[in-house]
Amino acid sequence: MIKLTINGMRVEVEEGTSVLQACEKLGIEIPRFCYHDRLTVAGNCRMCLVEVDKAPKPVASCAMPCSEGMVVHTDTPAVKQERQGVMELLLINHPLDCPVCDQGGECDLQDQAFAYGKDRCRCTEARRLVSDKDLGPLIKTVMTRCIHCTRCIRFMDEIAGSPELGGFHRGEKLEIAPLFEGPLHSELSGNLVDVCPVGALTSKPYAFRARPWELTKTESIDVMDAVGSNIRVDSRGNEVMRIVPRLHEDINEEWIGDKTRFAYDGLRLQRLDTPYLRGEDGHLHAASWDEALSTVALRVKPVAPSRIGVIAGDQVDCESMFVLGQLLDEMAVMSRDCRQDGADYDVSVRAAYMMNTPIADIKKADVILLVGVNPRHEATMVNARIYKRWRRGGLAVGMIGQAVDLGYAYDHIGYSPVVMRDLIEGKHDFAGTLKAARNPMIILGAGALARMDSCGVQAIARDLATHFGVIRDGWNGFNVLQNAAARVGGLDLGFVPQGQYGMNTRSILAAAQAGRLDVLYLLGADEIDTARLGKTFVIYQGHHGDKGASRADVILPSPAWSEKDGTYVNVEGRVQRTRRAVSPPREAREDWAILTALSQSMGRPLPYKTLEDVRDAMIAKHPHLGKLDEVSANPWVPFGCAGTLSLQAFGVTMPNYYMTDPISRASQTMAACTAAILPLVAAKEGQ
Amino acid sequence: MLADQDRIFTNLYGQAPWTLEGARRRGVWDGTAALIQKGSAWIIDEVKTSGLRGRGGAGFATGLKWSFMPNPSDRPHYLVVNADESEPGTCKDRDILRFDPHRLIEGALLAASAIHAHSVYIYIRGEFVREARHLQYAIDEAYNAGLIGRNACGSGFDCDVVLHRGAGAYICGEESALLESLEGKKGQPRNKPPFPANAGLYNCPTTVNNVETIASVGEILRRGGAWYAGIGRPKNSGTKLFCISGHVNTPCTVEEEMGISLRELIDKHAGGVRGGWFNLLAVIPGGSSVPLLPKHICETAIMDYDGLRDAGSALGSAGVIVMDKSTDLIAAIARLSHFYMHESCGQCTPCREGTGWVWRMMERMVRGKATTEEIDTLWDATKEIEGRTICALGDAAAWPVQGLIRHFRPLMEARMRDAGRSV
Repeated sequence: MIKLTINGMRVEVEEGTSVLQACEKLGIEIPRFCYHDRLTVAGNCRMCLVEVDKAPKPVASCAMPCSEGMVVHTDTPAVKQERQGVMELLLINHPLDCPVCDQGGECDLQDQAFAYGKDRCRCTEARRLVSDKDLGPLIKTVMTRCIHCTRCIRFMDEIAGSPELGGFHRGEKLEIAPLFEGPLHSELSGNLVDVCPVGALTSKPYAFRARPWELTKTESIDVMDAVGSNIRVDSRGNEVMRIVPRLHEDINEEWIGDKTRFAYDGLRLQRLDTPYLRGEDGHLHAASWDEALSTVALRVKPVAPSRIGVIAGDQVDCESMFVLGQLLDEMAVMSRDCRQDGADYDVSVRAAYMMNTPIADIKKADVILLVGVNPRHEATMVNARIYKRWRRGGLAVGMIGQAVDLGYAYDHIGYSPVVMRDLIEGKHDFAGTLKAARNPMIILGAGALARMDSCGVQAIARDLATHFGVIRDGWNGFNVLQNAAARVGGLDLGFVPQGQYGMNTRSILAAAQAGRLDVLYLLGADEIDTARLGKTFVIYQGHHGDKGASRADVILPSPAWSEKDGTYVNVEGRVQRTRRAVSPPREAREDWAILTALSQSMGRPLPYKTLEDVRDAMIAKHPHLGKLDEVSANPWVPFGCAGTLSLQAFGVTMPNYYMTDPISRASQTMAACTAAILPLVAAKEGQ
Repeated sequence: MLADQDRIFTNLYGQAPWTLEGARRRGVWDGTAALIQKGSAWIIDEVKTSGLRGRGGAGFATGLKWSFMPNPSDRPHYLVVNADESEPGTCKDRDILRFDPHRLIEGALLAASAIHAHSVYIYIRGEFVREARHLQYAIDEAYNAGLIGRNACGSGFDCDVVLHRGAGAYICGEESALLESLEGKKGQPRNKPPFPANAGLYNCPTTVNNVETIASVGEILRRGGAWYAGIGRPKNSGTKLFCISGHVNTPCTVEEEMGISLRELIDKHAGGVRGGWFNLLAVIPGGSSVPLLPKHICETAIMDYDGLRDAGSALGSAGVIVMDKSTDLIAAIARLSHFYMHESCGQCTPCREGTGWVWRMMERMVRGKATTEEIDTLWDATKEIEGRTICALGDAAAWPVQGLIRHFRPLMEARMRDAGRSV
């Protein structure tokens, strides 16, 4: 510990702490532009200058480590004058276009200028003009506003793992620009908007749409993937205007992926806003709720339970699945599944289907084996953690599956699940690495379990984990990385085929195709092959006019995640809730309410009056769903089913990161990304 | 005046061969092994006794700098020789590099042994093509003669010398920017601390020294630190290469005793000011980055670190730029401002934004298109740059302008009045 004095106050800090951090510890605010807690120190903006006794010049507090007995002053007239000087210099080439700048109201430079700016400009020379750069459909640039703090360069290098920006030229001609022409490839590029302290890098879809002070801010969580990134939904009126990250040290730190941030325009497009019935003419016609519900009751009541199938989608909240599950229990419908990707493996044990290593513990890992997964696309924030760990050095990564670009180097071991057996038999060098690891992790992708040989893959992965001692005291390195927000919650609720004759997704589809299924109920399920549904009567309950709705005979409109309070369980088993930020469109009703109403029409009424009733019942049955924001260790008990292994290689999981669900498919921004970025990535990988 | 037997750089004008044979005739590589074998502590002590201060411009005590290097550990140590001489008005290292490269290589070997470095990198200015060829030839000669490399000079000490050519950026003469450039990155200075002695090249302990400093080490060790300390004034001892240019009759680079008076230096070696001493207007005594001195201060100026500091300037790299009364002083300083604007790396705010502003104001002042209040703004602008930047380039950009305002403000005001009248 080091003792020093700041403004006459004594403070004790750990070795390696910078003066700026020591000041923050005392609550002294130091203005800064280039300094960012999560990036390396650049020390180039010179705004954080402080006086240190015995130092001949003012020192940059962000770059100066504390030393014993140091005496620091941050409030002297000299310090103020130094900061004013830096501010004056920053402003001589910064355009005074705050009224038309999207950063206005949340701009560091604007804020600091209030504190340290002068009331007039002494510089009468012409200002520098810098040509704008094309960074793709997400990031808008106004490079004349750039103050060259290099945060964006450092972010791309150090967090995104995709060094695509650099500083060109020197002196006052210095420009921040992409190293190669064309859009940024990184899935984390949207964070540049937050990282940039001025209005040089702003959100392109949000440009000129709203001002920060007129937005209603709702703290919610993201459901575009299963990581459960914490976000804030900013809305105006009944429209989501933008989505920004919210700090959660154990999940997403302060970053989010581009799909999370930019797919929000999909929330107002392609919406189902009223019930629809398919008429005699084969077209969908708007109908009232009474008509819709009575039609459903009329068609479903006479059908034998064994000829009814139910599939829940990727963004369904726990409450909906719980209520639907209860209704199905009442009706004795056994064929239900929340895994619309067709996976079929043993989910009787919690440890078998989720990440047993908390996301935050990735920092402790020293060997990671990826199996049939592309974490960069399926769980961007998990990949960012792995990259962060890799950057620190001493992490060996192995990959079984397609050799995708993850941003870090890895050992490509093979393509098919059979390679896992080779590893157990010690036929590959990586076996030695795994054996010697102190905190090894195996990350099995959801895609790896969605094959015909689900059971075999699960069994061999479990054997691999046991063989290499991946589960030890205080450490469980066996992980299944789910890629759908609803998945872990659905499996926790047991929304899977019941009893001996319950059919899973694959069987339901086969039955429908063979004409052995009369009714199929889709709860927000769109990722199935609707062409195989034959003459089955399809009921679609959901929010977007996507694949499911276009095949449906009855459509029951419900709110999207931003319009309801819902419980979700993330990849590591953390229970979190979305909050209602805006209202659902027109006639759409909350899922639990639709299902309760349906239960009445079916003559098997469920007792729920409010969402709270549903939650209470759900938590009474599944107590862990009431423990918000907690991660508990899952007991490691035997699990698995018998199965064979196929020689087939693991396929490309998630070929288009930007379009994976009804919302992102409806989003124009995501469509622009697909058009602009995908061909480039394909070309890069083709080389 | 320096006695001939006290000169170190005896082939400054290239009259004798610069190759190994010629160097040996001048005493270079004489008893080097024995000097190395006396050990690191002895070498550092001897250099401390000599009072040798860094000849690159900052004037930091060389022996002290070497003593900051940690004890040998598992990390490699490096000696980096800064041959990126780019300071306007300075051309001393160039003459060492092309006419006496072996003196530099020998000094580098001795210095490397003192700081336990087995690798020496010489970073040479990209524009020095012939100098780089000479130096590389000399390095090859030294390797072939067993003077460097494995068991250098038979001393049992291993030392490799690598020549690296820069790409023509002034800022790469700043030691940490030089290290960045040497590592293959963009030449931008680093924040200090950590200092290179702790974390320099490839994050390993590194000492960066100027060519002249390193080239002096051989003679200092051979003749003893006390000999060197006896030349010049206390704390400002030794000999120094002065580069006299501008409005003098015979511009030259000359080795002289530290503490010689400016007037003697100009009169004796450079043939006097063009048109006589009374025709002198001002002198920039230490390369372009130090404040200029008007004639009345030049009369008594003493050419060493402390002498020029007391006169309100600095010795810098001892590039003496003489300007007679025909000089448009404002235009001359404006040209320097342009140089610093052009050479700013753009990393930190004051230098990036300030140097351009200063130059633009200076340009207007050359034409008199400014108000007298703007001289104060100009002064403030230089003060906003000075001391607030990561490296010393900010100071270097500010000082010449400050020197101009300090000593020649009436001249600037007169220019504005004249311009107003002509409109």
